[in-house]
Amino acid sequence: MDEKKRILLGHGGGGLLTRNLIDEEILKRFGDGPLRGLPDGALLPSIDGDIVFSTDSFVVSPGFFPGGNIGDLAVHGTVNDIAVSGATPLWLSLALIIEEGLPLASLQTVLDSVRTAADNCGVQVVTGDTKVVRKGQCDGLYVNTAGIGKKIAGFNLGSSQVQTGDRVLVSGNLGDHGMAVMAAREGLGNGALKSDSAPVHRLVHALSPFAADVRFMRDPTRGGMAATLNEIVDGADVGILLREDSLPFSAGAKGLAEMLGFDLLHVASEGRMMCICSAEAAEQVIEKWRSLPEGTDACEIGRITEDSGRVILETGIGGKRIVDVPQGELLPRIC
Amino acid sequence: MKYIDGYRQGDAGKFLGKRIVENAALLADKHEPIYIMEVCGSHTMAISRFGIRDLLPPNVKLLSGPGCPVCVTDAGYIDAALSLARKDVIIATFGDMVRVPGSKKSLADVRSEGADVRICYSPAQAITLAQENPEREVVFMAIGFETTMAPVTTLIPSAEACGLTNLSLLTAFKLVPPALNALIADAEVKVDAFICPAHVSAIIGAEAYRPYVEERGVPCVVCGFEPLDILYGIDNIVSQFLNGECALVNQYSRVVTDAGNATAQKLFETFLTPVDAGWRGIGVIPMSGMGIREQYEKYDAAKRFGVSTDGGSPDPGCMCGDVLKGKIIPSDCPMFGDACTPQNPVGPCMVSSEGSCAAYFKYER
Ligand code: SF4
Repeated sequence: MDEKKRILLGHGGGGLLTRNLIDEEILKRFGDGPLRGLPDGALLPSIDGDIVFSTDSFVVSPGFFPGGNIGDLAVHGTVNDIAVSGATPLWLSLALIIEEGLPLASLQTVLDSVRTAADNCGVQVVTGDTKVVRKGQCDGLYVNTAGIGKKIAGFNLGSSQVQTGDRVLVSGNLGDHGMAVMAAREGLGNGALKSDSAPVHRLVHALSPFAADVRFMRDPTRGGMAATLNEIVDGADVGILLREDSLPFSAGAKGLAEMLGFDLLHVASEGRMMCICSAEAAEQVIEKWRSLPEGTDACEIGRITEDSGRVILETGIGGKRIVDVPQGELLPRIC
Repeated sequence: MKYIDGYRQGDAGKFLGKRIVENAALLADKHEPIYIMEVCGSHTMAISRFGIRDLLPPNVKLLSGPGCPVCVTDAGYIDAALSLARKDVIIATFGDMVRVPGSKKSLADVRSEGADVRICYSPAQAITLAQENPEREVVFMAIGFETTMAPVTTLIPSAEACGLTNLSLLTAFKLVPPALNALIADAEVKVDAFICPAHVSAIIGAEAYRPYVEERGVPCVVCGFEPLDILYGIDNIVSQFLNGECALVNQYSRVVTDAGNATAQKLFETFLTPVDAGWRGIGVIPMSGMGIREQYEKYDAAKRFGVSTDGGSPDPGCMCGDVLKGKIIPSDCPMFGDACTPQNPVGPCMVSSEGSCAAYFKYER
């Protein structure tokens, strides 16, 4: 198709234009599996074990940002939700809501990214949907993905498993995604700060030998690490003490957050995970994570305390303060 | 970032913290606990954010002062803005003001009812707004201390230069020195020393505090906003008490000079004139504000539209006034954290990003 072509309302009308769009853009990329022949529903083989099912919608603005776009983000988002539930992601659905007038080339780039990301995550796009809405009724392109995964045996996860003395580990720098999208949206910085958008399923797999020592896993997306940690201690007998000195932040994210007055603990990552594990296993987990390309900056950032219900930060100068839940929506439309 | 990191160095901070504790222990035998007021809201936020209060011994107390411009803005001022907003005027304002409750409502409330309230990140945006809406009146909410007063005042010459006839300022400018005078004179307020504002001092100059030191015997240290700046300031004050000294110290000399910013001072002199000003919860302090000079009164929204910014009746249960005078700490207010939270603020101290109640809620609950 032509470079200058744009998506028309008719591409969602169910007629010939729709057929062309599906054939040339969707099936060309995803038609090699259960999507072949375009059945109404994907027929999937049976799974031996428990199933994890998750869905997420993506409205990130701008749709293209340093380090990724709405396509790979939509794959990583659902894959990561499944992975941190202690499962191996297998299949995805992909639903697109397109604003009329979207350049076809943009759609093609996004779909290419979906395919590449899916391959990298070992998942297949097996079903989907495309709708086109009038100009102004959505902003370019919205994407929904839902996914199915197979539970990995051995994990017994949940905030109730967390015990005093356990360690809080993260797989890399926090907040790069939120700050990179913010920078792209506001035209700040030079594009040097990249989103961390990436899958974490390999990091989860790396934990399976330590499954008995792992209490909790999460990918700190909206609300950042602060929201994730507060959720764990909310109403619980335990609290969390973080050490500011050990928090991994990139220089770019730090500079931008300082300028805009953000606390990076409130800012989303889209390719990081945190886990809480026993003190005994912590060092081995970090070592294992660091041996993977997506975990080179893995580190321990704090520990579980008896300070019931509170997340406390020990600052660089040795003082202590609360880490609160972000109030309201700090950064709208970052995923 | 390297520049900032230098003023956040952990080891240096711990060293200063330890020295404060040691000196305060020596001081404990010969002096009552000392009360240090950080005048400025940005210092309050930094103290909470970096956990500085947590490092201090029981006989060194920090009190928040009245230096949060949003917090000291009278309910009557908000009421005046609301009445203009209802008259189809475009209200241009810094974001922090939108949720501050007046006697009954906030700008956010009237905006949801259809009023035209625009958030500006810089005063210059008000010029653009006025140019883009020649048929409508644009009123800029001109609040702030000396620091903000400078860029906001430039709106007058800018409007003159652009020939704008539809832009005016609803002023509630405040001055720091008269507020400090009032606090020192208030027998109920216990202040032994001041951590003086950083940016305000860059405008008025460190020497502005000389009278408090020499005539009132109150040590003053001008500090930057980074944790080491503040710790240095506290350390300096504690050792002044230990050595029986009383001095004016400019720790923030990388930004603040003795005489301040002559250009800004000239700007004030040209366009503004001192006026009595009402401080939320504190009352009227004589000559503690700045209004627009008569010859530029066409830019004075209060005169132009005949509205009064005085008085108003804020929620009687809100203790912002006592918080701003350092008489209580935010958590002493019965509404703190229950009836009053950042999501449902009762008083401005819970709204503003520099407000003491917001700082305590966020970092020190
Ligand atoms: S907690 Fe709320 S009601 Fe109480 S003083 Fe602070 S702002 Fe006013």
